[in-house]
Amino acid sequence: MSRSNAELQLDESGRLLHFLTIDGLGREMLTEILDTAEGFTGVSERTIKKVPLCRGKVVANLFFETSTRTRTTFELAAKRLSADVLNLNISASATSKGETLLDTLRNLEAMHVDMFIVRHASSGAAHFIAQHADRGVGVINAGDGRHAHPTQAMLDMFTIRRHKQDFVGLRVAIVGDILHSRVARSQILALNSLGVSEVRVVAPRTLLPADARSLGVHVYHDMDEGIRDVDVIIMLRLQKERMQGALLPSEHEYFSLFGLTEKRLALADSEAIVMHPGPINRGVEMDSQVADGSRSVILQQVSYGIAIRMAVISMVIGTQNLHMQDVAV
Amino acid sequence: MRKKKKDISILGGRVVDPANNTNQITDLHIAGGKILALGEAPEDFVPSETIDATDKVVCPGLIDLCAHLREPGAEHKATIASESAAAVSGGITTLCCPPDTYPVIDTPAVTGQIRHKARKAGYCRLLPQGAVTQDLDGERLSEMAALKSAGCVAVTNAYTPLANTLVQRRAMEYAATFGLLTIIRPEDQYLSNNGCAHEGKVADRMGLPGIPEAAETVAVARDLALAETTGAVIHFHTLSSASAARTMAWAKREGRRVSADVAIHQLHLCEMDLEGFDSHFHVRPPLRTDTDRDGLRDAVAKDVIQAICSDHQPHEPDAKASPFPDTEPGISGLETLLPLTLKLVEQGVMDLSSAIARLTCGPAGILGVPLGTLTPGQAADICIYDPAQRWFVNAEKLLSQGKNTPFHGWEMPAKVTHTLLKGRLVYSLENEETAE
Repeated sequence: MSRSNAELQLDESGRLLHFLTIDGLGREMLTEILDTAEGFTGVSERTIKKVPLCRGKVVANLFFETSTRTRTTFELAAKRLSADVLNLNISASATSKGETLLDTLRNLEAMHVDMFIVRHASSGAAHFIAQHADRGVGVINAGDGRHAHPTQAMLDMFTIRRHKQDFVGLRVAIVGDILHSRVARSQILALNSLGVSEVRVVAPRTLLPADARSLGVHVYHDMDEGIRDVDVIIMLRLQKERMQGALLPSEHEYFSLFGLTEKRLALADSEAIVMHPGPINRGVEMDSQVADGSRSVILQQVSYGIAIRMAVISMVIGTQNLHMQDVAV
Repeated sequence: MRKKKKDISILGGRVVDPANNTNQITDLHIAGGKILALGEAPEDFVPSETIDATDKVVCPGLIDLCAHLREPGAEHKATIASESAAAVSGGITTLCCPPDTYPVIDTPAVTGQIRHKARKAGYCRLLPQGAVTQDLDGERLSEMAALKSAGCVAVTNAYTPLANTLVQRRAMEYAATFGLLTIIRPEDQYLSNNGCAHEGKVADRMGLPGIPEAAETVAVARDLALAETTGAVIHFHTLSSASAARTMAWAKREGRRVSADVAIHQLHLCEMDLEGFDSHFHVRPPLRTDTDRDGLRDAVAKDVIQAICSDHQPHEPDAKASPFPDTEPGISGLETLLPLTLKLVEQGVMDLSSAIARLTCGPAGILGVPLGTLTPGQAADICIYDPAQRWFVNAEKLLSQGKNTPFHGWEMPAKVTHTLLKGRLVYSLENEETAE
């Protein structure tokens, strides 16, 4: 039956078996991921951008939802670890032929894939796959419905740590569509676990969960108040389809109330950094001056994303390897 | 050739018949398929068979207000024969089936076909509910008079509540013309907005699209107002919120002609059970908070909610083998209806008579059918269970074709030993165990 997030993701010695959600992992594990990623940042800057940690392993990018950035950085991360990578764009193949998710999984397992990196439109999809995957096969969640996007949250934590050194004492504001955002849910869990002093969410009530406070955040509806004196501003992407379904009246009004401008940015701490998971809607979430300005760390987030994904892939494959060796002995 | 009905005496059991305020150790005698007498048998009565019910409870056969039997149209999930056999093993002698079959129960032909199949299976009574609109389309009224003549006991739009309030009003009025009960599963589909979990803390954290409590309370308020306007008798099916239960308490005080039921799983589970994304907990309406669960328990105890049903929804394994939001909602619940209700007695939620009432005379009263009692002269539909025989639910061992239960591994407080339909033994635990 159902197991807790910790039971599903960690082995009996606390090593990472799957990476599905930040929930249940704890500060030590998150710090271990950040430290491991720190060691991988150098790899990208070498002339030969590869380490042989996952040589002979097959990693399948199982994307049921389209994505460019996340899929590409996972692919690069796996390749830099010397793994072989399969890219499967399932939305266009199997499901349209009526194949079930389990059948897709079984077929790939028959090809001896060692890891699934999964993106799916339904919350809980990565959990489902981890619960049904063969022994020795690791699962990494690359985004499931509104639930979690843990590698995005970790690369954001990595970026914050690079700029702010310590999480303790930080004030962080997350601005935008919290309700539909798996990124925000994972960020909130990671920030609170790493011990920041305050997580704020800033949004109109239509883009917030009914009981947002229960997520462990302070709720603001006024952008100026919400970002005042914060050290980190995380802007979320606003999906175009939010203009339908009576969630927002117009992009224009959204930008005038919640868009990040140079003038608004001045309300935050003078050293505040600006982040965005991408892709940016310029003129909707933020001005171009802010996106391209000196406080923006948006492109660094992308680079760090590769290091974080290398860290998580190598940790999961390492744990699964240990367990397979146990079986062999 | 029809077999002659046996004359039976059920000896020494605790007879619990809430409709007659009976709760005592005594004998029960059956002749010609009907209840003959309680206590002393008439002098000339010689039973051809006796059942020793010492240390057992003898109560009216249960009436389940809602069991999806899947036939016709979804026989890969279940059939009338498979589910009625499962029903009697759980002490249920009357099943009420909603019209969301393929084809929909919106003609006398489909109604007749279903009743015929149930009679052929021979386990329990089947009372079909007719569709309130043709093909459940929410726009065109069905031929309700014809449905009633064909044997439908009520009309309902099942899982597709009427969005158009004018159609809802007309449907209530037309049904009331023929004295037909309108059963409503209260859900405002705009507010439920394809959600799959209670909108609250747990769904917020798990990122599951939520169904707000207001999806239920708005629909209850709307249809109570329409019932007052039309004078129709309505029944709310599968309430899930404490707020809707409070509205029902108010309606009862006001003397409104309205009743309600709740699915048994709503009285044991809550939103917290969704942690881990186990699709067996995916139900509609969704499992709400523990406060809602307690509010519903209280309403059942106080007879504000008059019936507990199984809301039985058997599925093939594939229907539950997907990420949570993509799975089909519902629980295979016939065999756990009685034991889970008795568990409420054990937990002090209500006394035994009240619990049995919610499964017998409660639903019978809602449907207006002369069942659910042990009054002499009534059909001898009887359930006998052993209140000392504890057992553990094993999903794979369910008799239902649907093995989808979230109660796998739960300890149940009692086991049905005999079920009689019109005085005929349709289930006996002994035979079942011998067969194994």
